[in-house]
Amino acid sequence: MIWNEHAECMPKEDLEALQLRRLQELVIRVYHNVPFYRNKLQAIGYEPGDITSLKDIEKLPFTTKQDLRDNYPFDMFAVPMSEVVRVHASSGTTGKPTVVGYSRRDLDIWAEVTARCLYMANTDRKAMIQIAYGYGLFTGGLGLHYGAEKVGASVIPMSGGNTEKQLMLMEDFGTTTLACTPSYALHLIESLEKSGRDRSNFKLKYGIFGAEPWSERMRKQIEDRWGIKAYDIYGLSEIMGPGVACDCDVRNGLHINEDHFYAETINPDTGASLPIGEKGELVFTTLTKEAFPLIRYRTRDITTLHDEPCACGRTTVRMEKITGRSDDMIIVRGVNVFPTQVESVLLEFGETAPHYQLIVEREGTMDKLTIEVEMSPALFSDTVTELSHLERRIYHRIDSVLGISADIRLVEPFSIPRSEGKSKRVIDKRSL
Amino acid sequence: MIKQISLFLENKKGRLAHVCRAMGEEGINIRALSIADTTDFGVLRLIVDDPQKAEAQLKARGFSVTITDVVGIKVADRPGGLAEALDFLDDADVSVEYMYAFLGKCGDQAMVILRLNDTAKGLTVLTNSGIEIMEEAEAYNF
Repeated sequence: MIWNEHAECMPKEDLEALQLRRLQELVIRVYHNVPFYRNKLQAIGYEPGDITSLKDIEKLPFTTKQDLRDNYPFDMFAVPMSEVVRVHASSGTTGKPTVVGYSRRDLDIWAEVTARCLYMANTDRKAMIQIAYGYGLFTGGLGLHYGAEKVGASVIPMSGGNTEKQLMLMEDFGTTTLACTPSYALHLIESLEKSGRDRSNFKLKYGIFGAEPWSERMRKQIEDRWGIKAYDIYGLSEIMGPGVACDCDVRNGLHINEDHFYAETINPDTGASLPIGEKGELVFTTLTKEAFPLIRYRTRDITTLHDEPCACGRTTVRMEKITGRSDDMIIVRGVNVFPTQVESVLLEFGETAPHYQLIVEREGTMDKLTIEVEMSPALFSDTVTELSHLERRIYHRIDSVLGISADIRLVEPFSIPRSEGKSKRVIDKRSL
Repeated sequence: MIKQISLFLENKKGRLAHVCRAMGEEGINIRALSIADTTDFGVLRLIVDDPQKAEAQLKARGFSVTITDVVGIKVADRPGGLAEALDFLDDADVSVEYMYAFLGKCGDQAMVILRLNDTAKGLTVLTNSGIEIMEEAEAYNF
């Protein structure tokens, strides 16, 4: 099933012509409306109108997460607030979230691209879709929601958590498509098996999973245990939210909705553009976004792009499943966690931050984050009551600043391995 | 005032032996000790014959170490002997954060180490109540 054949199966030359026109308009728009971009473009002696081919995008400056932080909350917006009809936010590195905004047209386009993804995942007007992504500031819930309404599916806006009720509604309402994080999909099937419910009473056929990295192995596990087909949906709030890309039945990479999101890969160390087919950091330019347009935004996600035609008939460029990140960020239970966030929390407990390490494991089907904190003179007390209290205080601060519960473990000084004087901040033991 | 060495230990195999071996290598004699622990970590408290040297040596080996003032008392080695001493502290609103005993005994007296929330006041209370206080030298090198 293809939602928008015109856009998704467009001949390459037509698509490129469309992208070029949209890129030219975008650069003019941000030059006039976003001081941040005007300064950046002027600094490199660039003027709107200088872009005559898609290749010229390589001359444009990158936008980074730090730029978004520096312009918190609304300075990157390209329209007056009266034109902004919604904001979302994702957790940032300093305790301040990254804020994104949408105009009415942005929301329409978001629903459009998500609708395309849902069609890839065989979800149409006949479907009963249960959305178990969080609703709220997180883009997952509402993003899928409007796409699902657009394709005419019956939507159960269940939001995240409450596993028992999720299962009850799935069974009673006859849910056919499940949208959530892959780890939660596994958690649900585990809970179903434990609860003594009969899988044959469930009508679930498809799952559209994303918001955290997962492997083909995990996909197979979900498909085998649930007896469904699982699709990988990709997105990030800075670019739009879910709906940036999704894989089709061919499973030959995720189709990027590139008439709206122009994708490149670069060498993360030098910033040099890489030819298609070479592994690098994924960079996006939002070709049509009005409220919060971004030029060459560095996602830090590592992937490879492919543009050979796909057997499904779509002509859009495909990205391989995300295999890693070019920075230390980890995604735990759908929440972005940066080691520097942990560091700033630990700084509250002493003049210098102690050495620490983040360890992510998958326990059963759920991600578990442990933060090991080395004992230091500033933290040490000779009563265990005080030390246990310290653990609890760190736990609560991490919970409120990062929005995630982590096990805090106090460890002996110098027990965290150091390499070249700097300790390795993240150990990811999840076998994805 | 008796100087007690406290150090942070993870509940891992061999850590306690490591500390004791270090003390042995430096010729430091352990006079009394106690461990308070949770599932993951513990605090080892030591009375040794040379607290300054012990602190320096343990720090050099990478441990988190602090020195804490504690009070040593001698109480009658008979049922109720310790209770009497503690009653005096209770009455004066001085609380015991933790305590442990010296091994061995001295005549008909037992020796106990107390960590108090108000050391100075506790000392006065105990002295005025006729409880015998251990001298520093006595604790380090009994």
